[in-house]
Order: sequence, then C-alpha cells, then structure tokens
Amino acid sequence: MIDSGDTAWTMASGALVMFMTIGLGVFYTGLVRPKNGLNTFMMCVAALAVVTISWALIGYSLAFGEGSGFIGNFDHAFLKDVGFEPREGQTVPHLVFFMFQATFCILTAALVSGAVVERMRFVPYLGFIAIWSIFVYPVMAHWVFGGGFLSGGEEFLWSDGGTLDFAGGVPVEMGSGFSALAAALIVGARKDYGRLALLPHNTIYVLLGAGILWFGWFGFNGGSGIGTNNASVLAFANTLLTPACTLATWFLLDYLRRRRITAVGAGTAIIVGCVGITPAGAFVSPAWAMVLGVLVTLPCYAVIVWRPRTHVDETLDVLAAHGIAGLTGILFIGFAAQIAWNDAADGLFYGESQLLGDQFLAAIVAPAYAFIATYLILSVIKAIGGLRASEREEALGMDVISHGEEAYVSGEGAVLVTPESPRDHELVAGPG
Amino acid sequence: MKLVIGIVRPEKANDVLEALYRAEVRGVSLSRVQGHGGELERVETYRGTTVKMGLSEKVRFEVAVSDAFVQTAIDALCAGGRTGDVGDGKVFVIPLERAVRIRTGETDEGAVTPVGD
Repeated sequence: MIDSGDTAWTMASGALVMFMTIGLGVFYTGLVRPKNGLNTFMMCVAALAVVTISWALIGYSLAFGEGSGFIGNFDHAFLKDVGFEPREGQTVPHLVFFMFQATFCILTAALVSGAVVERMRFVPYLGFIAIWSIFVYPVMAHWVFGGGFLSGGEEFLWSDGGTLDFAGGVPVEMGSGFSALAAALIVGARKDYGRLALLPHNTIYVLLGAGILWFGWFGFNGGSGIGTNNASVLAFANTLLTPACTLATWFLLDYLRRRRITAVGAGTAIIVGCVGITPAGAFVSPAWAMVLGVLVTLPCYAVIVWRPRTHVDETLDVLAAHGIAGLTGILFIGFAAQIAWNDAADGLFYGESQLLGDQFLAAIVAPAYAFIATYLILSVIKAIGGLRASEREEALGMDVISHGEEAYVSGEGAVLVTPESPRDHELVAGPG
Repeated sequence: MKLVIGIVRPEKANDVLEALYRAEVRGVSLSRVQGHGGELERVETYRGTTVKMGLSEKVRFEVAVSDAFVQTAIDALCAGGRTGDVGDGKVFVIPLERAVRIRTGETDEGAVTPVGD
C-alpha cells in the first residue's frame, strides 16, 4: 500500500544522499594539494556514473534479492520486477527504494577513493569501483538490509541474527573504512609521504564539504526508515544531536592538545559524528545519541593523530572517520539500545546481553570482509598493471596527467591549437 | 658578493630549501613564477578548446651570499632541484653591488652574513 507522505520523503532523501557524493568531492578536494584537486573531485563524480550503472545492472539484485544469508540473487538483475509496486512490507514504490539505496552504494564507493588520491590512475580506479560495487558493497548491504545473516533472524555462531544497523554502519561505514585501509596498502604511499609536508590546500572547501555532507545525512539517516515513521523521526533528530556533540568534543581535544581549535578538525568531527549515529540513529534515545557523539570522538581522534606516524598513507583517513566511527556506533547500540525508543531490542544497559553479542559479530565480520575482498580485487588490478602514476607523473599532478585539465588554470601562456572559431587561421593566446 | 638565482620545479622547492639549510646558507627569498625553458609542452582541453600550455609553474630562489658561499649555494640548488628530466630549471649568478641589513644598517658582507656568525 503506497503512502504519499512516505514516498515524498524517501524521494527527497534519495536526492539529499545523492548530493552527499558532491559534498564529499568538495571535502576531499579541500584536503589535497591544488595539483590534484580536480582528480580528487572527479573520483567522486565517477562513482555517480560507474556505480549507478553497476547497481542497476546487478548490484541492487545482489543486495536486495532474496538469495542466501551471504548474498542476494539475480531476481532483480537489470531492474527486473522493480516498478511502481512496493516491496513487501514497504509503503513506497519499488523504484523509489531502488534509487534511495543506489545513492548509498555510490557514496560508499566514492568514500574509498580518499585512501588512494594523489597517485592512483583514473582508469584503473574506474575499473576498481565497478568491481568493488558488485562484490563488496552489495554483499554487506545484503547482510544487514536484504535479509542476510546479520538481519534475517536466523542463528549464526553466537548471534540470533538480530544485529541492528539502521542506516549502514556495516556496508557504508565499516565497508568503506576497512576497504580504504586495504586500498592504501595495495596502492602504496605517495612518493613524498613521510618526507614532505602534504597539506590541505583549501580549508574552506573542507568545512563546506563537511557541511554539505551533514545536510545530506538528514536524508541518509532520516530517510532510512523508508518513510516518515518513528524510526526516521528519531534518526532525523539524532543526526543533529550526535555530530554537534562530536564537534564540541573535538574542539575540547584540539584545545587540550595544542591550545588551538582547528577548522580541518571541525570538518572531520562533523563526519565522525554523522558516521557514529548512522547505525544507531533509530535505536538509541536522543540523550544516548549525545553521549555517543562524545564517545565516538575518542577512538577516531586517536587514530587520526597516530596514523600519519605510520607507513600507511591512508591519505584522507577514511579508516578513522568511517571505519572506526562506524564500528563504535555499531557496538554502542549493543549497550544503549532501548525498546521504549526503537521497538526492537534492549541493550546491555537495559538488561539484555544478546544484542551486544549480535553487534559484536557485525564488528568482526564487516571489517574482515571489506578488507579481504578489497585487498583481493586491487591485487588483481595491480597485477594487470598501471595502477598508480609514476613518480614523474605524481610530481606534475594527477589533474594534468589524468584529465588534461587543471583545477586552477590561469591561461597564461596557453596557445590555442585547434581553434573551432571562424578565426582558425590565427593563433590566439588566452584562456579560451 | 653575488646574487644567486635558482629557478626550480615547485615540487622540488622543499628539497632545495632543505639543501640550502644543510649547507648553512641562510637568508633566502622565493617567489612563484611562470616560465618556459624548452620542456615539452602540455596539451590541455577544456570543452572544445584545446591549448598548449607553453608556461610551467616554477619557483625562483634568490640568495645573496658572500663570495665564499657562491659555490655552496649553487651546489645546494642543483642537488635539491635535480630530477634529471627536462624542466629542472637554471641557476644564474650575478654580481651584487650593495646590500644593507635594514635592522642594523650593516652593509655589504656584513649584511649577507647570517646573524651570530
């Protein structure tokens, strides 16, 4: 039975989440050097092309087709039987649900690019996200959203199949974070990593991108109830509360550490808070959501301070901001979930220990699968060759190497070589 | 007393600074410049407009040194700036007529000698 209010909000939410991928492009671009700004943004834009197609052809079916506990089937391949009729138990047209879920897979693939910016070649990257969006994201989405072994209510090891993940702590956050770690290890560090200071080039972009992401996250979390039900309402409000507390906690940690409250830190905090509440949005009370905002800051801040001292050039800290924050949110549900708010299960603080076990299982299998699967995919692409730019290309910048354009082009010294204007007998200098 | 001018790749600027610092050459100015020195031209395309980029971004170092430090400064610029590919840049040395340290009014050799030496 289609409900117009539910449908309207889910459509709006899908559009909000789609714009998050652009926001992520702005955020990531601000964090890299100017000579790689365009390439970094294009890695996000590319996900909109490649992943939309793979999702429509096969990804959606592998995630939401009935299938087994591990992966869906081919029932909805090529969008078969995806039309105006709602899915069982839903109140929005199947096509709207398909589109809403597509935007999640697109964003997640784009997130992984943060680990490999400034040195991975663009064409191998396109191949990577095409394969990744078929074999990694849909599998993990099936586990928690599509009736897989984390959500199907069937026993598995010590779990009773009742893992709670509202908006994608497993497939989106842990999926991207631990895939990013594997990607950074296979692609390898930038040539100057650990030798030169490689700094963000536009901190305004960092804050603007983080702001767009937070705005979009109201659709990401607030729309994940697939309607305007209590779950969506609770998640919507919590999406303001948790990141605000994370932001304040980050301010405090920055101040204690260096006596300066940083803007790049603030942008990061917004992401960390939004990620933390992603799995927990509809399962914990607003008060607990605020506590989560404080708690999720601590491990993420620690990893972000520690990671650059290692040899792992996981360039934009996807592991810390998404993997670790998502894992924290998933585990937090096991403690603070409350039937009075979520109508599903109580956590440890409310006298039930089963849920924590279920959450713990997700916190083990999700990172392991994301890491191993991504590691294998990229190993194969690396064996084929051309995975990363040469040192000379890296020095010139990926904008010119991959796209033949620059993010900040002056036009000075540019000589027109193939004029398409009537004056094509002249050589015209200028930006064109 | 000479003015040593080194024009290098922007991505090698930090290496040059480090080399100068290690050679104990202090007192450096640098500016971003655009230039053309025979390197291969890049072709870029914006919609239907294809252009050859004849100018490349470079960083220009200016180091005023006493005669004893000229070779040291040249060596540091070359060592820090070299990649072996076309476009590594040039070093020019020109005589320097006068120099004044504004704070103290010291002139010439005194003005280009680091404080404390």
